[in-house]
Amino acid sequence: MSKVMATTGNTAAAIGAALAKPQVIAAYPITPQSSVVENLAGMIANGELNSKMVEVESEHSAMSVVQGAAVSGARTFTATSAQGLALMYEPYFRMSTLRLPMVMAIAGREMTSPETVWGSQQDSISVRDAGWLQMYVEDNQEILDMIIQGYKVAENQKVLLPINIIYDGFFLSHLMERVEVPPQEKVDQFLPGYNPQHVKFNPSEPMAVDPLTPGDILMEYREDHLKAAHKALEVIDDVDNDFGNSFGRYYGGAVQEYLCDDADIVLVTMGSMTGTAKEAVNIKREQGIKAGLLKIRAMRPFPETKVNEVLKGKKAVAVVDRNVCFGWNTGTLFVEVKAALNRCDDISLVPVIGGLGGADITLNHFTNCIDLLQKTSDYKKYHKCIWFKKGGELHEVS
Amino acid sequence: MKEIRFHGRGGQGVVKSAQILVKSVIETGEYAHFIPFFGVERKGSPVYGFARIDSQSIDIKSQVYEPDCLVIMDDSLLDQIDVFEGLRNNSYVVINSRKSVEELNLPESAQNIGMKIGIIDATETALNVIGKGIPNTTMLGAFVSVTSWVDKSTVENNILKQFGEENARAAQKAYEEVKIYEC
Repeated sequence: MSKVMATTGNTAAAIGAALAKPQVIAAYPITPQSSVVENLAGMIANGELNSKMVEVESEHSAMSVVQGAAVSGARTFTATSAQGLALMYEPYFRMSTLRLPMVMAIAGREMTSPETVWGSQQDSISVRDAGWLQMYVEDNQEILDMIIQGYKVAENQKVLLPINIIYDGFFLSHLMERVEVPPQEKVDQFLPGYNPQHVKFNPSEPMAVDPLTPGDILMEYREDHLKAAHKALEVIDDVDNDFGNSFGRYYGGAVQEYLCDDADIVLVTMGSMTGTAKEAVNIKREQGIKAGLLKIRAMRPFPETKVNEVLKGKKAVAVVDRNVCFGWNTGTLFVEVKAALNRCDDISLVPVIGGLGGADITLNHFTNCIDLLQKTSDYKKYHKCIWFKKGGELHEVS
Repeated sequence: MKEIRFHGRGGQGVVKSAQILVKSVIETGEYAHFIPFFGVERKGSPVYGFARIDSQSIDIKSQVYEPDCLVIMDDSLLDQIDVFEGLRNNSYVVINSRKSVEELNLPESAQNIGMKIGIIDATETALNVIGKGIPNTTMLGAFVSVTSWVDKSTVENNILKQFGEENARAAQKAYEEVKIYEC
C-alpha cells in the first residue's frame, strides 16, 4: 500500500532518491535545494537508508565524488541549484561524456545577478547542452515518481546517460502538498539494481577510463552520445508506461497533452506553471474557446516529432518560458519549439517570458495570454515577445 | 476551493502552522497545499504564505490574490501593508490582537463585505500557556473555531505530535476564547 503524506518538493525528492537506494550520495547545501540533502543525511543517520553520504566542501567536489563512485559501478545521487550547478559545471559535463548514468535533482533557481535566491529555470536551462538528459516536472508527486523513473531511463543499456529531474525552486521545493509514497518492495520490482557493463572496477579485468583521445575517435564518442540521447526519447516513453502500469500514474512520457486534439490555441509550458495554465485552459473552455496545453517534460532530448504532431495545424501557440535566451529576445523553450516547427509556417508562434527570480505566474497571466492568442490567430506569425508583469498584465516587446 | 493568505513576521511560525493545517486536511482525505513566500530571511520582517483547500486535487501553483480567509499573526502589519487586499465577500479573518474590532480601525475595503472576524490575543495566550510568545499554534485553534474548515481533533493531534501538549492546550484555549464578530 502506498502511504499518503503531506510533504514539500524537497522532501519528495529525498524520498524518491532513497527509494532508488543509491549507494553513494555526495552533495553540498544551497538554497532552495538544501533540505533534500538534509533529509537524506537524516535518513542515513537514522538507519533508514543504507547509502554512503560524503559531505563535501563544494559542488565541484560533490559531482567529482559521485563520478568516481559511478566509474566504479555505483548508483549515485546528488542535488543542487543555480550557483552550485555553475560551480559543478566541469565535472557535470564530464559525467555525461563519460556516459555515467545517475540522477541529479535540480531545485531551479534564478542565476545572479542581481542577487537572488528565488525560483527560475535559468540554471538548468543554461546547462542544457552539456549532454545530460533533462526533465521538468510540475508537482511534488511527479518529483518523487520521476526520480525513480530517472534511474530506469539513465541506466537503460541503450541510453547510459545521466539525467536531471528539475523542479521550480520554492514553488515546488517548498510547496507542501499531498504525495503518495509507493512501498519499497514495489519500487524494487520496478527498478532493479544497477549493473553496469561498460565501466567496471575489477582488478582482475583492468580497464583504462578516459585516456587522452584524438579527434577522429572523440567524434565517434560524440556520435554515439547523440544517438543514445535520441534513443532516450523512446526509453522515456516506455519507462513512463511501465511506471503507470505498476503505480497507476502515467505522465505521457516526453510530453503531456491537455485538451490539445480539437484546440485552436495551445499554451506550451514547462514546470510548476503548468497546473495554473491548465486552470486557465479550463476557464477558457467554459467560455467556448478551444484552448489546450502542451507540457514539455523532456527538454533534453527535445521531443521534436511529438511537438510537431501536437502543434501541427494549430492557429496560435504561446511558448511560456521561466528563463531567457540571451541573444534571441525570447525564452529558450521558444527557440526549441520554433526549431522543431521549422516547416509549420502557418502557426502564430508567440514567445512569452514570466516568473523570473521567483516572480509569480498567475491565472490571470494565462487567461490574458489565451485572449491575446485568440486575437493573434487572425494573423500569420507574431514576432513580439510577451512579458508576464505584476498583477497579471501582459507587456509586449517588439 | 478555499484560498487562505497568511501574514506574519519572521519567527512567528507562519510556515509551521500552515503546514500543520495542510497535513491535517490531507489526513482527513481532502486536498490542500501551502506555498511559503520568503522575503528577506530575518526575524521580524513581514512574511507571507498561501494555502488552498479543496475536495479535489489542486493544480494551480501560484500565490493567492483573492483570499477567502486571512490569517494575520501580527496586528502591527495592518499599519504597514494592505493585508486586506483582494479579500472576497463573505470571507473569514483570524487576527492576533489585543484590540477590539473597533480599535483595529479596519480599512473601508474590509467593511460591509460579510466578513467574519475572529480576534484572539495569541501572543499573550502562547506566553501564558507555552511560555513563549510564538503565536502560530495558538492561532490554529482560533482558525478552526472561526472557519470550521478542518477537523479539530486532527489539528490537535498534529500540534501534539509536532510541538507537544502545551501548544495543544494554547490552541484549545484560543478555540474557546476567540471573539468572533460579523462585519
